Amino acid sequence: MAKTFAEKALGRAAGYEVQEGDIVTVYPDFCLSHENASSVADTFHSIGQEKVYDPDRIVIVFDHTVPPPTGSYANSHIKTRQFVKEQGIKHFYDMNCHGGICHQILCQEGYSAPGLLIVGSDSHTCTHGAVGAFATGIGRSEMAAVWATGKLWLRVPQSMKITVNGEFKPGVAAKDLILKIAGDISSSGADYLSMEFHGEGISRMSIGERMTLCNMAIEMGAKNAACKPDEKVFAHLKDRAKKKDWEAVWADEGASYVKELVYDLGDLIPATALPGRVDNYAPITKSAGRKIDQAFIGTCTNGRLEDLRAAAEILRGRNVVVRTIVQPASVEIYQKALKEGLIETFIESGCVVNHPGCGPCVGVCGGIIGDGEVCISTANRNFTGRMGSKTSEIILASPATVAASAVNGVVTDPRDFVNGSAGKGEA
Amino acid sequence: MQISAKAIVYGDDINTDLIIAGKYTKTLNTNDLVEHCMEDLDPDFHQKCADGAIIVAGKYFGCGSSREQAPIALKNSGVKCVVAKSFSRIFYRSAINIGLPLIECNTELIEDGDLLECELGGNILKDINRNLTLHIHPLPELMRNILECGGMVEVMKRYGGFEEFIREVKKRNG
Repeated sequence: MAKTFAEKALGRAAGYEVQEGDIVTVYPDFCLSHENASSVADTFHSIGQEKVYDPDRIVIVFDHTVPPPTGSYANSHIKTRQFVKEQGIKHFYDMNCHGGICHQILCQEGYSAPGLLIVGSDSHTCTHGAVGAFATGIGRSEMAAVWATGKLWLRVPQSMKITVNGEFKPGVAAKDLILKIAGDISSSGADYLSMEFHGEGISRMSIGERMTLCNMAIEMGAKNAACKPDEKVFAHLKDRAKKKDWEAVWADEGASYVKELVYDLGDLIPATALPGRVDNYAPITKSAGRKIDQAFIGTCTNGRLEDLRAAAEILRGRNVVVRTIVQPASVEIYQKALKEGLIETFIESGCVVNHPGCGPCVGVCGGIIGDGEVCISTANRNFTGRMGSKTSEIILASPATVAASAVNGVVTDPRDFVNGSAGKGEA
Repeated sequence: MQISAKAIVYGDDINTDLIIAGKYTKTLNTNDLVEHCMEDLDPDFHQKCADGAIIVAGKYFGCGSSREQAPIALKNSGVKCVVAKSFSRIFYRSAINIGLPLIECNTELIEDGDLLECELGGNILKDINRNLTLHIHPLPELMRNILECGGMVEVMKRYGGFEEFIREVKKRNG
């Protein structure tokens, strides 16, 4: 019988054929934690454990509170560093020249690979389906149990299929597609489901664009998301795969899905999600003109080099009129952006450039907003108050839309810049 | 395990940022979690929870972040159980793992302050004030056993591993 990606990937992990609804006990290839590693370590000790099952399967990345804004956060870092040392965990990314946001690091450094099973104590772990891994978020107690035993149970989810055809028009990006999908199916439209992305539109996308899509699957409740691994992924992993025995798996033709959707990229226009809910979709034609107080370009959703390029293309030679924060998703991206002159463009246009990390997105540091303020952001969540004051609001959009809005101080259609007299610049 | 408490009714899509904001989650102090639990959504939350409470919500309770501090904050604030039309996946898993019971059922008829009663693992929920008997999706046996044990940490402490736990449960049930 034809199988879905989830059935094949979890079957590979279980070592036998599985079908949706089965509960399997599996050994994740990698287990990702960030700052919550310190409380995972507490729980790990409280269950009477001394040594982790396999230190080489554990990856810890500091990203939520870098540099630490309070003594309490700094203490949490100290605790994790001690644990890392005691347990001999090699895959540890402290706040230094190798660091960045955990999901960016996992992909950039070759941890995520086709067919691997990755669990993370972060909801956006679904990002790693971009290279064809089965990746999903879990809680901290569960992570402590996985550190101790190496394994966990997973229910093989049902699946939905999203077929993407065509090509983006100028000024439209992967973020616009995923915000449109969220608007169409609602924030619980993929609850418990495995979200598969199919079609030539996906094949044409970069790995970064696929990461933007898979990253936001959790915002619709998905357990995981996945794109078909292809030559782009194989080339990316050639010199950096951390595990050499990865194996590309993908859904069979004719597999069964609980939902099927089809999109043509050529039909899309820039999208926004208005404050409060990720599925509060508004095409730019409806949201343009809304006043903003801050703009934020970064995060695991849209802090990659191509995102910074898209923003810089609009900001070059222009000035922002609201506070604008740019935060590359990793130090490697930061360095590349420096070499390309993007950082210079941001500074000259009036932006503030943060050290790579999550800070403002999770309302912890590096750009908290005040009472009644509105931030337009490239992040993945716009829950009221998430970035600071409980009366503050967030509008989600693509890097180009955020940059265009920063120039005007109101939500702005990036196509006004991309197609307008200013010219498009290099592709 | 019998659960009985007054209902605190909220709406749909109660997200993890509302339950406990991200800025409080990186602390090592669980008292902070209780102090700030639900603060943006309901300033009277702690007063309502003083004698224990059952949260009643619409669809997709617990959506958003994977933060386990959300169910922990609720449990430590005195919430005995959350009843909702549906839950987000990670919240569901984490709540079971930290020992906070969850019930899925149609919650439309329950009103704030109603006294609710149910048996963990049973298939009905009673609203005493409204003399209602609501049918609930019974908790899968595996989850019920984890809850009865007090959560995943207790399972690990008592059985040393998850598979050992499952074996023991199977043996117990013949």
